[in-house]
Amino acid sequence: MAAGLFKSELKNPVLRWVDTRLPVITLMQKEYGTFPTPRNFNYFWNFGALATVTLLIMIATGVFLAMHYTPNSTMAFASVQHIMRDVNYGWLIRYVHMNGASMFFIVVYIHIYRGLYYGSYKFPRELLWMLGVVILLLMMATAFMGYVLPWGQMSFWGATVITNLFSAIPVVGTTIVQWLWGGFSVGNPTLNRFFSLHYLLPFVIVGVVFLHVVALHITGSNNPLGIDVKGPQDTLPFHPYYTVKDSVGLCVFLAIWAAFVFFMPNLLGDVINNIPANPLHTPADVVPEWYFLPFYAILRSVPNKFMGVMLMFASIGVLFVLPWLDTSPVRSCRFRPIYRILVPLLVVDVFVLGYVGAHHPQGFIILLGRVATAWYFLHFLVFTPLVGLFETPLPLPESIAAPVVRKSPSGGGPIPGGAVAKPMENA
Amino acid sequence: MRMRIIAALAFLMAPAGGAMAQDAAPLLHSHWSFDGIFGTYDDAAAQRGFQIYSQICSACHSMKYMAYRNLAGIGLSKAQIKAVAAAVTVPGGLDDQGKEIERPGRPSDQFKSPFPNDKAAEAAMGGALPPDQSLLVSARDGGPNYIYSLMQGYVTPPPGVKVPDGHYYNKYFPGHMIAMPPPLTANAVTYADGTKATLAQEAHDVATFLTYTSYPNLDEQHRLGVKVMLFLIFMTIVTYIAKRRIWADAH
Repeated sequence: MAAGLFKSELKNPVLRWVDTRLPVITLMQKEYGTFPTPRNFNYFWNFGALATVTLLIMIATGVFLAMHYTPNSTMAFASVQHIMRDVNYGWLIRYVHMNGASMFFIVVYIHIYRGLYYGSYKFPRELLWMLGVVILLLMMATAFMGYVLPWGQMSFWGATVITNLFSAIPVVGTTIVQWLWGGFSVGNPTLNRFFSLHYLLPFVIVGVVFLHVVALHITGSNNPLGIDVKGPQDTLPFHPYYTVKDSVGLCVFLAIWAAFVFFMPNLLGDVINNIPANPLHTPADVVPEWYFLPFYAILRSVPNKFMGVMLMFASIGVLFVLPWLDTSPVRSCRFRPIYRILVPLLVVDVFVLGYVGAHHPQGFIILLGRVATAWYFLHFLVFTPLVGLFETPLPLPESIAAPVVRKSPSGGGPIPGGAVAKPMENA
Repeated sequence: MRMRIIAALAFLMAPAGGAMAQDAAPLLHSHWSFDGIFGTYDDAAAQRGFQIYSQICSACHSMKYMAYRNLAGIGLSKAQIKAVAAAVTVPGGLDDQGKEIERPGRPSDQFKSPFPNDKAAEAAMGGALPPDQSLLVSARDGGPNYIYSLMQGYVTPPPGVKVPDGHYYNKYFPGHMIAMPPPLTANAVTYADGTKATLAQEAHDVATFLTYTSYPNLDEQHRLGVKVMLFLIFMTIVTYIAKRRIWADAH
């Protein structure tokens, strides 16, 4: 073996020749083939793979849409109709893409919940978690700008309302907003730059996802017990165990996505976006897509615009510092009798915020929005640090293998009920 | 506006109550052949609806995103489409001398608009622009049921309600004051296929046609959807069996 070549163990001479010079095959084998993965994942661990697949489908459909779309304020709406009516299977590509945005957020929100419940943000996975929050922010920006492109009424007025948020910044606010618009109102320059950025940002997301995966493969995955992998008896090779398990989840997920695409493609959309943008006619209600509603509710629950904007950004920002807000040494909520109630309550709270975001802020809705907003921040800033200090965690199992492998009862302490493998995994 | 945000997967059900304050009556519901996962357009109804569109609606409403060739989707033959298109004259570009010319329509042409532009339409209609009909069903809450109801919603206003000049009272229109005069009455058209032209029948037919113009690919969407769903359900079973077999030795 000449110096400077990688010592490949591949048998096939052609693959070996490539692998000694560019060891991507060995790399893939190591990171996705034999990669030691905790053996006790439940189906919540599907969602990272689902998000990756969704990202790829969104990019693929988006590239084809961009071939037929015209980013000009006088032609954008008509070009979308051209896609829907004249382009072969254009309707299919567009329906996959527009429902894909909703699917992406559903998957990522469940992925985040998984991280919250099983403590995947804690040492040593803080940076992994923070990269995930960066991906969420990028997704939000991408989704927002994508929604503007069809140039319907809600596209236009949504863009107007959201970009105007930046005008709340003291002194430089108005300048920033005009800089974002490329003019003195949302118009053709805005549409052009949003199209450009909507095409660019998904590839930035791909880059951050790559870093997210690199970080994951350094620390290794968390697992439902939240305890560290102690040795080979605790893990399985990623392939075929988790490739096949992810495939099951992927098929179910694609079936749900397809059900939307073919049988209710417009359910999650807003009917007035089928009316071309009209700067002279404001819709009675400007409401964001469902995945932004909780944040919209936080924004509106503060009477002061600047504070509202700050609080909305803080609702994401608080996730960045979550690894240091949580004082409990125990990761998984399975062993945290109090926190395991608080995390689902946070989900209920976010649903309430979503409900508030979809309604006119008047009367009871305002009160509900403020209580839910307060609860959201109390959860992260007060409950999370305090519960970690005062909660008595349940005894942790000694290892992953101990509760999972039933036939070797040697070792391992008391087996926590929830940790026993589910019957369906005992085929 | 009558906003309905429905986040599925049991996320949120929120028919924005406050926004419904314009107290439009609950919509009438008709039976639609295109509802459901196996739904397809009733071509006869859609053709009758096209007849109403041609004889009545098209006097004021444009239908920019429909081309004459799209009528094939509701069962018109090539010869019929050619004849429909040839009945209008459209701008034909420039002749050898650089003068603008007109020519008879072709199947590839878009439906001819009744007015040269929106401004002209507004001026002719007393300031109220008749909305383009190609996306009307997809741009209204209630879709076909909204059109079906609106066509039958012209009633005497309740006592004490003053209807401004140039407006009409319609119990299904948000705010009730609609600038469009009642477009349909019983026997407003004589159907080519002999169907009795009651108001409800006309409303149903025109709503069917307008649903087609909003969603011209709906038949294919449903057909393909059933196949895709069957495939994905089959693949779910296959991968699940594979998962059980592979995991059998891991427990």
